[in-house]
Amino acid sequence: MGLDFSVVPGWMDTILLGVVWTIAITVSAAALSFVGGILLAVIALYAPWIVRQPFRLFAWLFMGTPLLLQLFLIYFGLIQIGIDLPAFVAGVVGLGLHFAVYNSELIQTAIIAVDTGQMEAARTLGLSRTQALRKVVVPQAVRDVIPPIGNNMIALLKDSALVSVIGVTELTLSAQLAIGRTYRPFEFYLVAAVCYYVINLGMEAVLRRIERRIALSR
Amino acid sequence: MSDAQPFVEIRHARKNYGYIEVLKDISLTVERGQIVAIIGPSGSGKSTLLRAINDLDPLTEGEVLLEGVQVNKTLPHRQYEKHINEMREHIGMVFQHFNLFPHLTVRENVTMAPKLLKGISKAEADALAEEQLAHVGLLDRIDYYPSRLSGGQKQRCAIARALAMKPKLMLFDEATSALDPELVEEVNLVMKKLAEEHMTMIIVTHEMDFAASVCDRVLFMDQGYVVEEGPPEVVFRNPKEARTREFLRKHLGDAT
Ligand SMILES: Nc1ncnc2c1ncn2[C@@H]1O[C@H](COP(=O)(O)OP(=O)(O)OP(=O)(O)O)[C@@H](O)[C@H]1O
Ligand SMILES: [Mg+2]
Repeated sequence: MGLDFSVVPGWMDTILLGVVWTIAITVSAAALSFVGGILLAVIALYAPWIVRQPFRLFAWLFMGTPLLLQLFLIYFGLIQIGIDLPAFVAGVVGLGLHFAVYNSELIQTAIIAVDTGQMEAARTLGLSRTQALRKVVVPQAVRDVIPPIGNNMIALLKDSALVSVIGVTELTLSAQLAIGRTYRPFEFYLVAAVCYYVINLGMEAVLRRIERRIALSR
Repeated sequence: MSDAQPFVEIRHARKNYGYIEVLKDISLTVERGQIVAIIGPSGSGKSTLLRAINDLDPLTEGEVLLEGVQVNKTLPHRQYEKHINEMREHIGMVFQHFNLFPHLTVRENVTMAPKLLKGISKAEADALAEEQLAHVGLLDRIDYYPSRLSGGQKQRCAIARALAMKPKLMLFDEATSALDPELVEEVNLVMKKLAEEHMTMIIVTHEMDFAASVCDRVLFMDQGYVVEEGPPEVVFRNPKEARTREFLRKHLGDAT
């Protein structure tokens, strides 16, 4: 029994819907991981000791355990304490926080690397430390780590397949649904792979545009 | 009787870094509109003294007053922050290495602080940027990023950025030391212009000619002390202290 792609067109609606969900979850989780990464970095570097500790535990939890387990915890575990998140939201929260921790590591290093003269110049003008961080230090730090953060976001796209296990009908789960009916795993997994690849290309194009824009101000 | 109190007053300033005493009981006053040069060998404490005036390098002991208001007040953290930010709005500072914000254009460098702290509108901010940049001769670079400016242009932008807060006092820490020789003059000209407009300025410099031609008073510092001070014609031509003479012999020699 060879490959037979003739069954694919009939399932294209399902697959494309899966693509839409994958993009939606990736973009939402990427946004969360970006903003969360900045907040976590600022907390790790500047918050009082007592505030930092719970966040350190949180970071350790998200870096030291499998993402799959984190998704299970958020989706199935939180229900037990009365937090019943829809699968999509649980997926975004899990992926977003997981990558926020990784982004935060990058951003912390970049914040430390920003010349101290920048903070001094901002403070000298009368800005508070928070204002100086927000307007001067953090934007420069983030700008410096856009390429590695971009790599994290591409990893995020690939890891978004994991949310299929909590029932979000994104691309991987859509392919599995088609396979369940047609018994054509090779064809549909290949189609899914091509779709991931195309989304990936799209993301890289967006990242390159952002990097080019940043390069203009260097 | 409007000026009973000095404009800037430093009282018994001391500063330690660990066991090392960097400033040793310095007291001085600066009158409104005065232009004071601080000269002295490397490591004598010039920058530390200048940076103590806006509490960037806090003193270990002593007081700094601007128009009778203590700058380096001891207050609970939050109150201190509020107080010092207000004081710093009145004290402009220019650094040796410019410290322009590289992610902002020249215009944004100039308007960022006034927009944030004074809540001016976009139109007002644009007018302010144009006014300040015209003042330092940089209007044609208004939408450039700092990376595309020459050193002299960067420093003029930094001066415009400080002036945009309408400070009462300007502090310069070797504003021209990092510049190629041919770019020094354009920055000196801007500072001379400020002098003509009666801006009060305290200028740390290695340029004796500039200090002599622009400043009303010269302070010679060595090893954390103000060794000698007076009008430039006295300090440069007729110094009383041996250390001053020795320093000037080296530096006036170097200058030619
Ligand atoms: N953060 C610091 N920690 C420890 N010592 C310091 C610090 N900053 C300055 N010093 C010391 O304080 C002394 C005075 O330094 P300062 O920078 O005020 O000198 P300066 O007169 O400005 O010298 P230069 O002409 O080289 O700029 C020096 O001996 C310097 O090593
Ligand atoms: Mg110095």
